Amino acid sequence: MKPAAFEYLKPTTLENVLSLLAQHGSSAKLIAGGQSLVPMMNFRLATPEILIDINGLSSLDFVRREGDSLRIGARATHAVLADSTLVRQLCPLMSEAYKYVAHATVRNRGTLGGNLAHADPASEMPAVMLAVNATLVIRNATAERLIPAKEFFQGLYATAITPVEMLVEVRIPATPRLTGYAFEEVSSRQGDFAMGLVAAIVEVRGDLINSAAVSFAGFSDRAYRLEAVDDLLKGKKPSDSLFLDAAEAAIALIEISQDAHADREYRCDLIRTLTRRTLAKAVTRATSNA
Amino acid sequence: MGSTSVDITVTVNGKVYRKHIPSRMLLSDFLRQELYLTGTHVGCEHGVCGACTVLLDGKSARSCLTFAAQVDGIEIETIEGLGTAKNMHPLQKAFWEKHGMQCGFCTPGILMTAKEFLAKNPSPTEEEVREAISGNLCRCTGYQAIIDAVLEAAQKMRNLQEVQV
Repeated sequence: MKPAAFEYLKPTTLENVLSLLAQHGSSAKLIAGGQSLVPMMNFRLATPEILIDINGLSSLDFVRREGDSLRIGARATHAVLADSTLVRQLCPLMSEAYKYVAHATVRNRGTLGGNLAHADPASEMPAVMLAVNATLVIRNATAERLIPAKEFFQGLYATAITPVEMLVEVRIPATPRLTGYAFEEVSSRQGDFAMGLVAAIVEVRGDLINSAAVSFAGFSDRAYRLEAVDDLLKGKKPSDSLFLDAAEAAIALIEISQDAHADREYRCDLIRTLTRRTLAKAVTRATSNA
Repeated sequence: MGSTSVDITVTVNGKVYRKHIPSRMLLSDFLRQELYLTGTHVGCEHGVCGACTVLLDGKSARSCLTFAAQVDGIEIETIEGLGTAKNMHPLQKAFWEKHGMQCGFCTPGILMTAKEFLAKNPSPTEEEVREAISGNLCRCTGYQAIIDAVLEAAQKMRNLQEVQV
């Protein structure tokens, strides 16, 4: 099918984009890489009357360090981020997760900002944002607000961004040195959307887990980070049975979906296996960093 | 306000075109229907098969996920620009020698993907080639002949580099 007709605009400044959104937000969509939006338009699942092309806004392409944090402009492409030494240094979980994101051709055009704003339930980067406690910077024509990742992802393709707003930046606190991270995903083919994925960051002190951040995606309507799971791991001695308990806690809290790719039982098994694998790997990495 | 049709100026395989097209026209359809460059194929129209892959300013892109309106001022390379029957690109020669194509539907997309890949990684392992083409679907070959062809092309291109030096 071909996309429905729309009015095309390519503003040259962020201010222009925001003022257009203020006037026409509910009938407009932004297009950056288009790797998520255009498939939906080609299926006519999305039929915006107005398409605002933001590829003229080079001011949002940046990847930089600011103090102790990594700042990424919403238009930075997956290709740039996957190759970035700065990302590898400050947020190695993101670099590891990029091994699973789509294919090189899609990564050339697709942007981190677009991916997060689209919030596909089986996408990798929302889970990474939750695990690293990222902050999303959202602007409208008059104001800017900062949303923590745990409030940003609200449901199936639903985020905290309102129709008159735009995601402009992602801020990630640098991963502390004494932590270990891991990312595991299962999909039909390399680069497909996940049947399930788990991301974990663990801090070890002595022989106990001092803190843990575990996030899940592909299992339900969105990416999840669960306080109950993180708390269960805190202060405990790492072991496979502890990790399995964490997995069972996640299973109890997430409404696990059933579809053509995987049934509920298989997804539960994936949560158990991937949680155990990622936590074990993260603990090993944390211990060797100490 | 916005427009439902736009003017674009694009360079395709070194030739400049100026066209007026509907905003909703996909780049894949623009290349095929406006420029009669039908080497770029349309397989799925939602970005998963790779048959429509072209190079935009040297970087591979799914032309079915790009609006023609977005490529104003950009240099595009399609399969027609890769080589000719009399003057084949090493990739085309290698695909011929190693039977890397059968029906040929996936082939243009795979060749453009491989061209970008080999420019970045001139000495790939088989595993790296396998991953590089994992975004392109082929219903005929079972992929092994394609992988062999890309490895063969890499060898040919390395030999050419040595000769030049």
